[in-house]
Amino acid sequence: MPEPPQPEATAAGTVLCLRGGTVCDATGERRADVLVRDGTITEVADGLTPPPGARVLDCDGAWVVPGLVDLHAHLREPGGEDAETIETGARAGALGGFSALVAMPNTSPPLDDPAVVAAVAAAGRRAPCRVYPAGCVTRGRAGTELAPLGELYDLGVRVFTDDGACVADAGVLRAALEYTRALPGAVVAQHAEDPALAADGHMHEGAWSSRLGIPGRPAVAETAVVARDLEVVGHTGGRYHLLHCSAAGSVALLRAARDAGLAVTAEVTPHHCVLTDECCATFDPLYKVHPPLREPGDRDAMVAALAAGVIDAIATDHAPHPPVTKERPFEEAPPGMLGLQTALAVVWTHLVAPGRLTPAQAFAALSWRPAAIAGLTAEGHGGPVAPGRPAHLTVFDPQARWRLGADGLAGPSANSPFLDVELTGRVRHTVVGGEAVVVDHEARR
Amino acid sequence: MTGMRHLLGITGLDRPAIECYLDDAAAFWEVLGRDIPKVPALRGRTVVTLFLEDSTRTRLSFETAARRLSADTMSFQARGSSVAKGESLLDTVRTIEALGVDALVVRHPAAGAPHRIAGWVDAAVVNGGDGRHEHPTQALLDCFTLRRHLGTGLDGCRIGIIGDVAHSRVARSGVRAFSALGAEVTLIAPPTLLPERVETWPARVTHDLDAELAELDVAYVLRVQRERDAARRLPPLHEYYARYGLTEARAARMKPHAVVMHPGPMIRGLEVATTVADGPRSLVRDQVRAGVAVRMAVLFRLLGSPAGGDDA
Repeated sequence: MPEPPQPEATAAGTVLCLRGGTVCDATGERRADVLVRDGTITEVADGLTPPPGARVLDCDGAWVVPGLVDLHAHLREPGGEDAETIETGARAGALGGFSALVAMPNTSPPLDDPAVVAAVAAAGRRAPCRVYPAGCVTRGRAGTELAPLGELYDLGVRVFTDDGACVADAGVLRAALEYTRALPGAVVAQHAEDPALAADGHMHEGAWSSRLGIPGRPAVAETAVVARDLEVVGHTGGRYHLLHCSAAGSVALLRAARDAGLAVTAEVTPHHCVLTDECCATFDPLYKVHPPLREPGDRDAMVAALAAGVIDAIATDHAPHPPVTKERPFEEAPPGMLGLQTALAVVWTHLVAPGRLTPAQAFAALSWRPAAIAGLTAEGHGGPVAPGRPAHLTVFDPQARWRLGADGLAGPSANSPFLDVELTGRVRHTVVGGEAVVVDHEARR
Repeated sequence: MTGMRHLLGITGLDRPAIECYLDDAAAFWEVLGRDIPKVPALRGRTVVTLFLEDSTRTRLSFETAARRLSADTMSFQARGSSVAKGESLLDTVRTIEALGVDALVVRHPAAGAPHRIAGWVDAAVVNGGDGRHEHPTQALLDCFTLRRHLGTGLDGCRIGIIGDVAHSRVARSGVRAFSALGAEVTLIAPPTLLPERVETWPARVTHDLDAELAELDVAYVLRVQRERDAARRLPPLHEYYARYGLTEARAARMKPHAVVMHPGPMIRGLEVATTVADGPRSLVRDQVRAGVAVRMAVLFRLLGSPAGGDDA
């Protein structure tokens, strides 16, 4: 049940001591304990003595990092509460080590209206982790008229996107980029799939779709939009963020734009770094996502781009769907998979443990870089872990081997291919605003 | 072949497995020629045809095959998808299974629907055509028809598959079966009607029908699937007929003993000329007759094992 309205979850009077871990943030790595008082980090030093009355969180053998920030979570509220709510989604986020989620605006009604955005923001303030609504670029996500970007901005919205739909009209994209130049910190985030080229496709267009007879969504549906958009950004200025990059060809375009000095950022999902179109040969719609899982070469290009910093962030594209919608043939099921509870563990298991990313690269991509993109550094997200900063902290045990079972899911949806799969590395504690919302893998609220 | 519970596609069948079906079909072909074309092999068994995409020919063929084996049949049809009806496919299938069913023959507009169903039910599942993916009994009946016509195997037989390969489950199953049996397959179509990454298929590819005609032993003509998005991928259709239609003039340039096949339903005057479809080269009617024998072989193999039967 929703709690009575309150301005923001705080931890007045609480003292926490995170003891025995290794701190990693944008400034580097060091052995240190962290003392938190009244929601704020007060001391960071090796061998701290917990003051009397302090609650000690065991961090032995674990990383202590700034809370993770997800740029891309579908929390389904309002309108899709049978799949997820702000509360269950935020609890999933907290269990996955996230202190902040950017909630995608493709709800029903969509987040193109100040009243709806204000309601989501209010619910987000009392959720287990912080939830920041993104706003639509266009009214009704229809791609034709701009949404009231300034009004939404004044409510705190910094990320504007029609995600789920591409802003396909170059004139509309241009207007959004130009208009948001007057809104400091605002960013236009694009779901780059040309609707005519992706057409009625349901998986990546390639040898597997050819064999399986499933209509394809080609890589060029993404790269053609990225190429065009970057040309537009070059003309207009403004900040542009590429959502869920999936095609190897997009990486070269991003690199060139970056080299040319454009304010362009990009994210990739854990699943696009780990899975390929071959998974669709099971015909199991768990593997249906937009943009689709692509070929091994694309997957490897995503990981390389993360390591090289061409792709800035890892974002989940957490997309819950109630079980009944996945009891359908592949072509008739909605796209999307869960991500919040497994993101860091999947990244650790498949990218960090094999040495393809360093721990610091993984934490950067999941915490301080997305915090900067979403304008959440000022809210205290993304660190650094230093005295005076708000206490949003994640404690991650890199050795733990575990499986997420259906009974461990925070929400009503179970559409994850990583369910019941052994993963290496597990979030032990999550501290949001000085409150220990996850302790020893258990959600406390 | 033992342990085979479902027939979901030609994918996964090797040459001996395909030949097994064809040999059984030959025995049932003989049964179909008797005064009483019926055997008690599947008495007491129930076969359901679950057709969620319009089809009359294939459904009737399966139901005829089941009855010739003395099985009981039920028919479940619906226009459009399970989504359109508001019921999940899983619910539909569980409802039918609760009636007591030994085999489900599934036709569905989405690729992989029979594969999903096979994971949900204890009954045997036969793919009666799923989206663009597979139509394994069509491929088997085509192989059976050719084997009977040639009097030998298909080794070295040059088969040209002409037309809308991209949207065709018949082609996906056919190419696999023909090539597994040793035939040399050539896909003949404009680039927009060829599947993506066609170089990964076990077939040659050409866009020039006229250059290929004299080489072919079999011209296998596909239907242009205007209801999928073939129309958007083509210039006006008269141009298609001019370049890829099997006209009388083209048929006349084929080898003397070359034959013409079509999975039906035919669009006369778009894919093939009426005089060719009904002419001496045409095996179209043989294909339809073979369908019953082949589907008897499939149902018998999946249901006729002593393990599950009361009197088999």
